[in-house]
Amino acid sequence: MSHLFATYGAMLGKAILVHLAYTVTSVAAATAVALVLGVLLSRAPRLARFLMPVISIFQTIPGIVFIGILFLYLGMVPLTAFTALAIYAVFPILKNTYAGLLGVEEKYKEAARGCGMGPRQILFQVELPLAMPTIFAGIRMSTVYTVSWAVLTAMIGLGGLGEFVYRGVSTNNSTLTVLGAVPAALMAVGLGALIDLAEKRLTPRGLQEVKS
Amino acid sequence: MDWNRVWEHLMLVSIAGVFTVVFGLLLGFAAHLDRRAGRVILAVVDVLQTIPALALLGIIMVFFGGSSATVIVGLVLYSLLPVVRNTCTGLDSVSPAVKEAALGMGMSRAARLFTVEFPIAFPTIFTGIRIAVVTSISVAVFGTFVGGGGLGSVIYRGIYVQDMGRILFGTAALMAMAVLLDFSMSLVEKRLYRHRM
Repeated sequence: MSHLFATYGAMLGKAILVHLAYTVTSVAAATAVALVLGVLLSRAPRLARFLMPVISIFQTIPGIVFIGILFLYLGMVPLTAFTALAIYAVFPILKNTYAGLLGVEEKYKEAARGCGMGPRQILFQVELPLAMPTIFAGIRMSTVYTVSWAVLTAMIGLGGLGEFVYRGVSTNNSTLTVLGAVPAALMAVGLGALIDLAEKRLTPRGLQEVKS
Repeated sequence: MDWNRVWEHLMLVSIAGVFTVVFGLLLGFAAHLDRRAGRVILAVVDVLQTIPALALLGIIMVFFGGSSATVIVGLVLYSLLPVVRNTCTGLDSVSPAVKEAALGMGMSRAARLFTVEFPIAFPTIFTGIRIAVVTSISVAVFGTFVGGGGLGSVIYRGIYVQDMGRILFGTAALMAMAVLLDFSMSLVEKRLYRHRM
């Protein structure tokens, strides 16, 4: 065991950091884009009715395709991995932001309007907080997927934990596979738990009581 | 020649689908019948789904080697969650009045479960199965890395030899498969829900 860590320890540490960096940056970028698009789409219901099914269909494209196609155009640079992962991560968050905003009952918005709130205040103080649980479910889903697809960035030689998994699988060396797979699994579970925690902090207290 | 891969992919997904339904239902029943076991079962399947697909397949490969068996086991483990959860919530949400009526008629526990609660919960369970099948179509793409074939090999090969046609063929086939299965199963689902108020 100690021999194993002596050989791979430094490499593994670096791989974990690279993997984490890919995941966090692309999910953060995707969240920003998806939130803006989701809010815009919820203001344009007619456009959304066309676009949402298209987005659902796009979601069925596996991440490997994004990575592959971008690889052919951009080459073997970290930007390829980042862009591919971010594009993929946008869909679940966008879908949930839109669904969450639409799910806010009319009576709350009307009450807010009655209190004299403007459209922007209603969005930030009423609609978004009420949609928070749904939005977070989307972010959580995206994060878990991204940890998973980031394993594939090793396919185009861009490091991360995938390098261990990939090398292990292709040389039939199960030690290497497990060495890459277990941290990746732990990372997904850990990030998922972290997001749950953030969700608990950010959802309005009134909603939490209903849930529990 | 690539059409073989489409067929292969469908086989992987459907074999895994059958196992998922069988195990998912059993675990769902167990989770419904014993609350404490249920909490453990749901937590475990939840964590299983969080594990990155390629990592999960890599770990399974240690036991089954590079074959389609690895892919099928991986797919089953990966898609259990929706089936188990929906079976459990479907059974839990059967109205107490209906259960009491069945009890009052002198039905045994097993008879109640299979002839009353299960049929009432079935639409919810079917939704779970639909989600499981549609996700496993895209997860099965990873199969190629552990020697399981399927459409993943077409896409991977396309990337490797920089052949855009192949990549697009593989992607289009996958999308068509997912959309068609999802659509046809949602038609069945609509019929099932029709009897519900």
